[in-house]
Formats: sequence, C-alpha cells, structure tokens
Amino acid sequence: MQLRSYAEINEKISKGQVVVVTAEEVLGLVEEHGVEETARRVDVVTTGTFGPMCSSGAFLNLGHPAPRMKMARVYLNGVNAYAGLAAVDVFLGATEIPAADPANQNFPGAFNYGGAHVIEDLVAGREVLLEATAYPTDCYPRQKLETWIKLDEINEAYLYNPRNCYQNYNVAVNLSDRTIYTYMGILKANLGNANYCSAGQLSPLLKDPYYRVTGIGTRLFLGGGTGYVAWYGTQHNPAAARGENGVPRMGAGTLALIGDLKQMKAKWLRGVSYLGYGVSLQVGVGVPIPVLDVETLRYAAVRDEEIFAQVVDYSEAYPQRIAGSLGEVSYAELKSGTIVIQGREVPTAPLSSYPKAKEIAEILKSWILRGEFTLTEPVSKLPSADSGIKLNPLKVQK
Amino acid sequence: MIKRKVVLRFPASVVEYPFIYTLAKEYNVVANILKANINPRKEGRMVVELSADDKDFDAAMDFLQSRGVIVLPLEQQVNWLEDRCTQCGACTVICPTEALWMKRPEMTVSFNGEKCVVCEHCLKACPARAVEALYLSGE
Repeated sequence: MQLRSYAEINEKISKGQVVVVTAEEVLGLVEEHGVEETARRVDVVTTGTFGPMCSSGAFLNLGHPAPRMKMARVYLNGVNAYAGLAAVDVFLGATEIPAADPANQNFPGAFNYGGAHVIEDLVAGREVLLEATAYPTDCYPRQKLETWIKLDEINEAYLYNPRNCYQNYNVAVNLSDRTIYTYMGILKANLGNANYCSAGQLSPLLKDPYYRVTGIGTRLFLGGGTGYVAWYGTQHNPAAARGENGVPRMGAGTLALIGDLKQMKAKWLRGVSYLGYGVSLQVGVGVPIPVLDVETLRYAAVRDEEIFAQVVDYSEAYPQRIAGSLGEVSYAELKSGTIVIQGREVPTAPLSSYPKAKEIAEILKSWILRGEFTLTEPVSKLPSADSGIKLNPLKVQK
Repeated sequence: MIKRKVVLRFPASVVEYPFIYTLAKEYNVVANILKANINPRKEGRMVVELSADDKDFDAAMDFLQSRGVIVLPLEQQVNWLEDRCTQCGACTVICPTEALWMKRPEMTVSFNGEKCVVCEHCLKACPARAVEALYLSGE
C-alpha cells in the first residue's frame, strides 16, 4: 500500500513540513516504533558514502584561444586528458597519471599525483597548467598552446563517473608470504589485515537493494553539489547472490553519476594515492530514499549486522580470477576491528569513511529540510535482480 | 657499535671541508646523509645517520667539534594533518603501535603522538597524504 507519492513529499518539502532522517537515525526509530509506524512518520531517509571510486572523471570544455585550435593532445598539470572529441572538449580520467610518472618501475610506486588530484585542484579553485598540441587545419590553425586555467574561467565542466556507489564490495586479505599493494590498500602477508570498502548501513544502494526508488534521473548529493543518476553503472550486476533480506552479499549494482563540477567542493572530491597501485578519486555521494511504502522503509532500515560481504584473497584468487570466498562477514563484525578468518583473528580497516558518509547524509537531510533539494521520480528503472543482466568476463581468444 | 641520527651545523669557514670523506677514511664512520643544504650565508646543515664502533664514534665527534662543527641530537616527529585526513582508516592497520587508531563505533581516526615510534609506515599508507615527518634538531 502506498503511503505517499513523490509529489506529496515535495509539497511537504516546500511547506517545511517534511520529516527526514538519516539511514543511521532510522535504525533507532525502527527499534523504538517498529517498521510500519516509522514508515508512517518518516517521509525521506538520507544515505551517504565517501570512498575511493576509480571510475570517475570530468568532461571539460576549455574554450577557444585565438587563433582557434583543435587540441588533439591535452595535458593538465602534466596529466593526459582524452581529447578525441570535438575541438577543446576533453575527458579527464581520475586514475590517469602523468606521462613522466615512473609508476611501479620503482616498486611500490607512490603515485602522488594524477587525474583525481587535477580534479581536486580545479574544484579548489587552484590554477592548472594547460598544455596542448594539434595538427593545423584551415579552421583551427593553432598548433601549440601553454597557459593557465581555472575552473570558473573555462566553459562547461561536469563530473561524469561511469561506476560509483558499488552496492557492497569484497573484504580483501593476503594469504601469501609477502606484502602486496592493491586498490584495497596495503595488505600485509599471512592474513596480516583485512580491508573493506563500504559505508554499510549508510550506503545508498544497500538501503534500496532492488533499486525500487533509485533510478535514472534520481537527484542526489554528488561531491558537495547536486548530481543525478545518469545510467546504471558499468559492471552493474543485479543478479549477484542476495540474502533473504534482499541485500547483495557481494559487489552487485553500480551507478553512473553526473553533476556540475562548478558547484562541487574539494572536501568531497579528493585525489588519493594507493601505494603500488595508483591514483583514485574519493567521491562523496548521498542519495535520498523517499518512503513511498512500508516496504521501502523495511529495506532502508537494514543494519550492519544484516549486511554481509565476502572475504577474498588478493594475492592469488582475485588477480587470477579464481572464484570462491574465504568466508562471509557482517559489517558489524568488520567495524568491531577484528574478524576471524581460517580460525585466526585479523585486524580490519575501512577505505570508505563512515563518519564522512554520516556527514553527507546529514548535509543532504539539511538541504531537504531547508527546502533547497526536492526529490525526483526516476524517469526509468535500473535493471534489477530479474533483468537477466549478468557480469561477463573477457574471453581471451588468440 | 653506535648508530645515531644527528644534525650537523657547519660554520661558513669550514663549509668546503670534506667532512664525510674524513669521517669514513680516518674514523671508520658510516654516514648516511638524510638531508643537506648550504644557505646563502654559506652555512651548512646536514641531517645524517652515523654508525661506528664506540671508540671511533667518540673520536669522530671530538674531531667534528674541534673543527667548529656543532653536533645536535635529531628528534623526529610525525605530524597528523587532521584537515587533510579523510577519515578512511587505511593507516590504522599499518601503524604498528596504534598511535594512529580508530575510535569505535564512531569510526573516526585519531593520532596519539606519545605512542608514535616514527617508523613512517603511515606516510605512504595514507591515501590522502595526511601524515608528514618532521626532523627537529632541538636548535
């Protein structure tokens, strides 16, 4: 039975009567009043996550110099931006490293600077060095350019992240006898530590496991500004194994997000460096969940104790794509600081910040309460568990 | 055997003298230079790790001081830059002494300088580069 519509929620927002709680606060309410009563009382639940999301980047239109230029090769602070688009349009990928970076030649590489840091510098309002070359044409005669740019001086700049907000993720460990350096951080030998990467009970897609209310066109908090779900993300895998509560027990759904870079804040878009691995962008995302019915709230009220992730060996099983898990642990266990794997106590560390995720859910809540942010009904659904979509490995044929 | 990190300050009058060569050749001192510079007033400053047998080490110190070189103990310190920290927690399993630690269930990262042994593992384990090492000379 429907409790309220998007239009009714937005009317309450405009009148200042909307009831909004964060995905953490809702847990206490459900404990006290039960799911049905809480669903009647609460209009919107806000979620949040702040973690490394490698599949991120920005489209920029740099503007034309005089004389005009095609800009076939473009570097921003020494980092290559893809320019195989119309003249002066580029895509700057978060994980791109400068051509002169030694990468892992002196192992493990430090990866102190890359595309993600350029994005952070731009958003922070800092000047960025633009170097471009091109072949000359009659319409675009200029062949070389070197100048400084700032975010507010260029034309359009929007973040377009093909894969964000992974719905659940692996817990990474190392069974080998040497330290390994991965996108899941430094993993010490012989089960020295276990790293995980999800906000758990605050994470957007874990609170809407079947994408009932999060779809294409959903307005959200992105990097400190407003953004939208553009499409389902790359590697979207809604058919992944789920628990009885519907929550995926491993990496499943993903979102492709878009938003105006000029509205964003460097605090919520941070360039980060993973020793021996590379550069990534730490992205802040918050998604509002409209409590349309009791079912929506039941899903939004799932706790860390009820969300499970698979423990995967990153020394052998993951790189060699060998299926299988060393076991399953809950986010409550992960957050306690130690988990037990193969009978051994292993210390845990997150890569995704829980306090920052909470801060994002609070900010989104305050935007809605102040009437600055209204909810959008998805224009189209994301493929869900019944869609038949599955993750295809690459067949190497030669 | 003595192994010690020290700060050497060279007055302008001796800054061109090959001290490290002399330490190695005459006093069997192994010098690992961590940092060195000469300022515009031609005064030199070097952070160096010296190792030698006890007797050689003492003789080397006497030699340096007799030439006007000031020898100061080095104090190292790790600084946690709270503003740069993104509160992810990656450092907390790398820090061997729990100087960088996580308050639970809040999951916030804190730094306890008293527990820090300046191993510097955190410098590269921190994705946000929110930790830095400082070399203080007690000057």
